[in-house]
Amino acid sequence: MYNDKVMDHFFHPRNVGEIEDPDGAGQVGNPICGDVMRVTLKIKGDKIEDIKFKTFGCGAAIATSSMVTELVKGLPLDEAMKVSNNAVAEALGGLPPQKLHCSNLAADALHAAIEDYRKKLSASPAQP
Amino acid sequence: MNNVDCSAIQRRVYLDHSATTPVRAEVLAVMIPYFSAAFGNASSVHRWGKEARMGVDLAREKVAHLIGANPSEIIFTSGGTEADNLALRGTAYAQKGKGNHIITTKIEHHAILHTCESLEREGFEVTYVGCDQYGMVDPEDIRAAITPKTILMSVMHGQNEVGTIEPVGEIGKIAKERGIVFHTDTVQSPGKIPVNVDDLNVDLLTLSSHKIYGPKGVGALYVRKGTRVAPQATGGAHERGLRAGTENVPGIVGLGEACYLAGKDMPDESARLAVLRDNLIQGILTTIPESILNGHPVQRLPHNVNVSIKYVEGESMLLNLDLMGIGASSGSACTSGSLEPSHVLLAMGMPHEMAHGSLRMTLGRSTTAEDVDYVVKTLGPIVSHLREMSVFTKP
Repeated sequence: MYNDKVMDHFFHPRNVGEIEDPDGAGQVGNPICGDVMRVTLKIKGDKIEDIKFKTFGCGAAIATSSMVTELVKGLPLDEAMKVSNNAVAEALGGLPPQKLHCSNLAADALHAAIEDYRKKLSASPAQP
Repeated sequence: MNNVDCSAIQRRVYLDHSATTPVRAEVLAVMIPYFSAAFGNASSVHRWGKEARMGVDLAREKVAHLIGANPSEIIFTSGGTEADNLALRGTAYAQKGKGNHIITTKIEHHAILHTCESLEREGFEVTYVGCDQYGMVDPEDIRAAITPKTILMSVMHGQNEVGTIEPVGEIGKIAKERGIVFHTDTVQSPGKIPVNVDDLNVDLLTLSSHKIYGPKGVGALYVRKGTRVAPQATGGAHERGLRAGTENVPGIVGLGEACYLAGKDMPDESARLAVLRDNLIQGILTTIPESILNGHPVQRLPHNVNVSIKYVEGESMLLNLDLMGIGASSGSACTSGSLEPSHVLLAMGMPHEMAHGSLRMTLGRSTTAEDVDYVVKTLGPIVSHLREMSVFTKP
């Protein structure tokens, strides 16, 4: 069902964990549909300095979470926001059609984390 | 981070016997002659036909003997699904004049449920009776659903996902009192628990070959003498006019032998399986915190283990188990191909997240005590690894 690249990200996921005091955090999905992802970010100079994920979900869910963190680490936020569901699935060499919705969650969790950071930023303009 | 070592596959342990089973050597041996030596069409008059027909007749006797039926009451089909379809549609159409109401349960296999849904679209009315938290159906709930227009009831025997053994005999008694045709899907039962058409009080009963160490592509429907069934596959007088199509002679011969062996081995094999099953259940529940058993703890098929493991998802457990040589299945949405987890677990009142974290392991003839130990030893680290990654695990 899954190609070698997906299986590699599933059995050897990159960037698993939770950043302490994250600059941005986003959680999407719900236990009802079976996939939940949480992304935490460390931002420096408007770039993603560090990114970690935690996922409750299937092979595709874990693989796409891992891939999205690999795609955006070190990227400026604007570029990271442009990373789409398709980009994640393509980077993995494709997913079975019934699993494509899992790749949505990975990009959505990342975007939610970036938006969380930007909201915090605009809420307290006096940043050091 | 990853503590799953690809080079560490120590053994292959198949634990998905409720999905399918290998063909037993004895079964394969009796089938082989019917592929090329005794290859005739069982309907032909000449000696080639006679040879094939004798094979079919003997198989029919073996199937009948397993379930306490008369050979003339056995109809061969292409499998359990076709037998379920024939039972439901065949009865619905034959009894249309008497009424249009069907009673079944929420825990049936999709072969029953989807057929009932299709009949609903044709104008039949169907009541889907629920179950308790163990997946057990209450005969009184069935009784309460009966109306003057009820023409058919269908309740499965051994629940295929969670292993609960349903009170089919009691329900059959109710059906008999009310003169309602009663069908049971006993696909999971032979070789594990007794299957007797009079003890179960049934008019129709489904068997599937590939669940009992016979070949895929063949099954049987028991039709009690006097029960009217409208044929669904038309085009010949085969199977007493109830199911047209040139007989799958090797398959039928295989099914017959599989039934014979299932009946013969059941007392010893079911006892052996029950011990392994209980050790596996205990092993999992005691070594993996926040895991629970699904299905009835006592009224349970001797080979079925179904657990829910909190904070992890089924398919990711299966992939990790597969890497370690272990084959199992799950009720999670991701393994169902739809977006919903197992309808059986949901009918039992399980929250979605627990249903997504379910793991089904069904033991079989090849399963040993060492296999059970290996599975328990292997599952723990897999669950720990997935829980470390999970959103829901408390730090």
